[in-house]
Amino acid sequence: QVTNYVMVSAKKFARENLFSLLLVQTKSKKTLAKPGVKNIVLVEGVRTPFLLSGTIYNDFMAHDLARAALLGLLNKTSLPKDAVDYIVYGTVIQEVKTSNVAREAALGAGISEKIPAHTVTMACISANQAITTAVGLIAAGQCDVVVAGGVETMSDMPIRHSRKMRKTMLTLNKAKTLSQRLTLLSKIRLGYLTPELPALTEFSTNETMGHSADRLTAAFGVSRREQDEFAFRSHSLAKKAQDAGLLSDVLSVNVPGKGIVSKDNGIRPSSMEQLEKLKPVFIKPHGTITPASSSFLTDGASAVLLMSEEKALAMGYKPKAYLRDFVFVSQDPKDQLLLGPSYATPEVLEKSGITLDDIDVFEFHEGQILANLKAMDSDWFAQTCMGRKSKVGVLPIEKLNLWGGSLSLGHPFGATGARLVTAAVNRLKKEGGQYALVAACAAGGQVVFDL
Amino acid sequence: MAGVRAAGILSRIYTSRYCLFAGHASRNFTVSSAVLVRSHVSYEVKDDVAVIRINNPDSKVNTLSIPMQREMAEVMNEVWANGAVKSVVLISSKPGCFIAGADINMIQACRSAEEVTALSQEGQKMFEKIEKSPIPIVAAINGSCLGGGLEFALACQYRVATKSRKTVLGTPEVMLGLLPGAGGTQRLPKMVGLPSAFDVMLTGRNIRADKAKKMGLVHQLVDPLGPGLKDSDVRTVEYLEEVAVGFAKGIVNKSIPLTKRKGIMQKLQDYAMGIPFVRQQIYKTVTKRVMNQTKGLYPAPLKIIECVKAGLEKGSEAGYLEESQNFGKLAMTPESKALVGLYQGQVACKKNRFGTPEREVKNLAILGAGLMGAGIAQVTVDKGVNVILKDTATEGLSRGQDQVYKGFNAKVKKKSITSFERDTTMSCLTGQLDYSGFERVDMVIEAVFEDLSIKHKVLKEVEAVTPPHCIFATNTSGLPIKDIAAASKRPENVIGMHYFSPVDKMQLLEIITTDKTSKDTTASAVALGLKQGKIIIVVKDGPGFYTTRCLSPMLAELLRLLQEGVEPKKLDLLTTSFGLPVGAVILADEVGIDVAAHVGKTMTKAFGSRLDGGNIEVVTTMVEKGFTGRKAGKGFYIYEKGSKSRNINPAAEEILKKFKLSAPPSVSSDSDVQYRLVSRFVNEALLCLQEGILSNPMEGDIGAVFGLGFPPFLGGPFRFVDAFGADKLVQKMKKYEEVYGNQFTACQLLQDHAKDSSKKFYK
Repeated sequence: QVTNYVMVSAKKFARENLFSLLLVQTKSKKTLAKPGVKNIVLVEGVRTPFLLSGTIYNDFMAHDLARAALLGLLNKTSLPKDAVDYIVYGTVIQEVKTSNVAREAALGAGISEKIPAHTVTMACISANQAITTAVGLIAAGQCDVVVAGGVETMSDMPIRHSRKMRKTMLTLNKAKTLSQRLTLLSKIRLGYLTPELPALTEFSTNETMGHSADRLTAAFGVSRREQDEFAFRSHSLAKKAQDAGLLSDVLSVNVPGKGIVSKDNGIRPSSMEQLEKLKPVFIKPHGTITPASSSFLTDGASAVLLMSEEKALAMGYKPKAYLRDFVFVSQDPKDQLLLGPSYATPEVLEKSGITLDDIDVFEFHEGQILANLKAMDSDWFAQTCMGRKSKVGVLPIEKLNLWGGSLSLGHPFGATGARLVTAAVNRLKKEGGQYALVAACAAGGQVVFDL
Repeated sequence: MAGVRAAGILSRIYTSRYCLFAGHASRNFTVSSAVLVRSHVSYEVKDDVAVIRINNPDSKVNTLSIPMQREMAEVMNEVWANGAVKSVVLISSKPGCFIAGADINMIQACRSAEEVTALSQEGQKMFEKIEKSPIPIVAAINGSCLGGGLEFALACQYRVATKSRKTVLGTPEVMLGLLPGAGGTQRLPKMVGLPSAFDVMLTGRNIRADKAKKMGLVHQLVDPLGPGLKDSDVRTVEYLEEVAVGFAKGIVNKSIPLTKRKGIMQKLQDYAMGIPFVRQQIYKTVTKRVMNQTKGLYPAPLKIIECVKAGLEKGSEAGYLEESQNFGKLAMTPESKALVGLYQGQVACKKNRFGTPEREVKNLAILGAGLMGAGIAQVTVDKGVNVILKDTATEGLSRGQDQVYKGFNAKVKKKSITSFERDTTMSCLTGQLDYSGFERVDMVIEAVFEDLSIKHKVLKEVEAVTPPHCIFATNTSGLPIKDIAAASKRPENVIGMHYFSPVDKMQLLEIITTDKTSKDTTASAVALGLKQGKIIIVVKDGPGFYTTRCLSPMLAELLRLLQEGVEPKKLDLLTTSFGLPVGAVILADEVGIDVAAHVGKTMTKAFGSRLDGGNIEVVTTMVEKGFTGRKAGKGFYIYEKGSKSRNINPAAEEILKKFKLSAPPSVSSDSDVQYRLVSRFVNEALLCLQEGILSNPMEGDIGAVFGLGFPPFLGGPFRFVDAFGADKLVQKMKKYEEVYGNQFTACQLLQDHAKDSSKKFYK
């Protein structure tokens, strides 16, 4: 089903912000520790399986998924429920009943009602925002143990009455007499009943994300073939990682009535021939983005446990990585919507005093990554759009998203950020690297993890 | 005048930002066959697609000039002869222009209708070949595709256009008194249906790409791209070419169909148009509407209908013949010459002849949030200028801000901007009651009440709080600028900027300089006016400057005619049938009777008996009774909200009766009534040139047409004198002078022209 694959409101979720995070494992290279700043470590990261929307998580609400991730994290780390100081979650399409989804998930998970929790939103990098919020809380000495994560469900979306209908209904509340009520009711027209779907377009530009992405690939001259190849790569790598048991961050979740899920279900390795047959979905008939080269609608939640290094060591944990640095940048939402990684990468590297070559692991959100690679490799773009003297450089693709990415694993908007971070950390350990760079668009920034 | 609303369709039609017919310099009629170097058209073959690129050298736009047509024909022949080429893409190398139309110089150089007809037939033949091309031709359109450019594209088998704001399609020929003369009247009805075709050709309006797609004028749209590895304009054109090449290949391998599947509505419409009776009804209705709007004064729209009719009823051969012959005839009409002259004048008045100002106006303050002040704010705030709108009372201020909001919201409803753009634009507008922030202001435009002492007061207040470079522009319709500047410490920074109401609709801006106004101040004011999208005339200071001064004697004569017992409705009919977009009496009501009285008094003081005519008592009595015109709901007419019909105000009739004068029969025929009004207007305009208020006749014509609604087909008062004959006009004026006295004395300049018929304002 094509619609399932379409990045419905990708635009809404990938706004103009970009994020990049640098992760470090201490080895031979510089530690990147900053004098006077607490070392902040990632103890563990988990996520629920990422599933196609409308499949097994069909009956879950967002807080159910968030709770599953939270409980999974606590179980995996054996962290006592009263040891958590704070909880932050990111999400994009909010369920109005649980607008502070972090708090609902925490309460549901049996975490003390005395532990505060809040929810943040920043399109596709909402979870990154949650993580950096946690970093800020720890660095400022407010907290020592923070759970940060993200959640999204596209199986259920708040579909509203039209504005006119809502207005009538609200006025109806205030009507006192029967005749007043009848007058109001008589004003309702058939058109009032048209439902209002969550905006499928960027609010400021009225453009859907897929449309914007297609224009972006055209602007950078990314061919259909290149995109198909990249999609093929993503699915193949994900499949390989899944089979090899590398996706150790995936929890097993019991879905009432549907059994236990422990695997992502969107990974579909196929052949280049099959990919070539797909028709463009956004710009027809001459666009280049197909269902394969865009993320499908996904449900899922993720969580990471962050602590100050002292606290982690005191509690007997062996930290997986240091979170060293991050930046968020913002761009023109019309023409530069998905270019976050290009802007954020050089900034975070400069801030940390290292170069592209020093990085061992790259985990980038796969939203128009090819355009970003071309942008980073272009002197014209660097000089004209980024105000830099020369291009950022060629990103070594052999270090990028080796365990699959958003195209194959899926992209639950609010949850992807924490998945990227966890994947980067796990890859650092597995591959024996020292620095990992995480970048995502919609909001931009990157974090350096130093382990 | 504060409220001149000359809103006839034909005075509004010159809004095109795009060059319809560029005055292109290459008028090369001696075509040497030995010339093989091509400068206008080039091509390359990509796989099996020939990509033909159009690029007029030394010009910002492409026009269908003689050399370009010649080279195009050569290239097409080569392409057709090349067996390896399976399809063609036609594209422009210029970023904002596909083809902006035919070269107007080419038409102007013709001396007879036959020559123009021959040109038209050349074009028809060339496009017929394109239409019958054995291999498909895809027109890839980015930027303006107007007139002959659109006709060219229509002849191609497939059209792809970018969704850029610069991409507009249209047949603006009607605005120049011409018709689409290269097959447009024949192809358009077949392509978009009869009603839409008439709409496009008779209004000459610009159609944006998305609308064009809906109408069926283009097959596919391509999105403009942002900056990537190259500049966005450059890459967008490259992308358009890539996509067009893809379509060309697709057409050849049959994966892209050439015909669109028709919807039910379309089928129904086609069926209806197949019935001769229905078509006859459409011709009738359209003709009637045209007659209503033009009073039959403009020949071009009627000829367009004739051509379409000939093509559909008598076959295309007859249609093409009719088109080329009518094109030739129209090109020779005085109406077309006048309209072309106006177009050229308009282009000239969109340039800053005072050079680039030292500083750009980035922060503007407007004093007075009335109709005028808010209108000025509206046309400025969306041009990247921060605007302070200051008033003295909250009610006035909020009304003014609402007016600006409504203006932009209307654009949102029309989908020409997004609600987000409206909001960001509105956030550049600050409404306030005090002078805070004036220390950052580069220019102040005051639109406060027309009273010298009030103007002096605000001028002093403003100068006390603004930086030394700040320009003080006064929006007055009659007070001499030098009198206002007398209170200034920096008279070199004082200038007049006379806007016309409603500011967002009226295109004219009259800028008035005093002897002391510095050149840089003038340059700044012109630069801002151009940013606001205005057509600008720059005149010298004097009572009433140029526009108000021309209008005043005409209004005095109008009053006289009313006193002589001519019915207001009849006067309106006589003036509109002369070509004014709005009847003269309605105009007076629109301007405001109080304003007219006020200006009348000032002008009489300055010009004495030349402003004789009606008795000023009539208007002062009306003002006393509160009949101040449209704004009060009562003037000579009664205005009721929601009702379009206007009834005579009986109380005003009473007043007129009280001041009734007898009408001398020798000068009271319908035609005399018209010429009494017009001759005084025209005489005053010439006097302005004679006295040096105007720097040239062209600005005088532009000011009269765009500011006061002088009939566009006459081209303005100066062109009118040229065409009508100065001697004939002087004769008429002499007759009136004998009856009424020296308000009808022809000025020296007019007399000079009358004596020597070789003297013309336009060569």
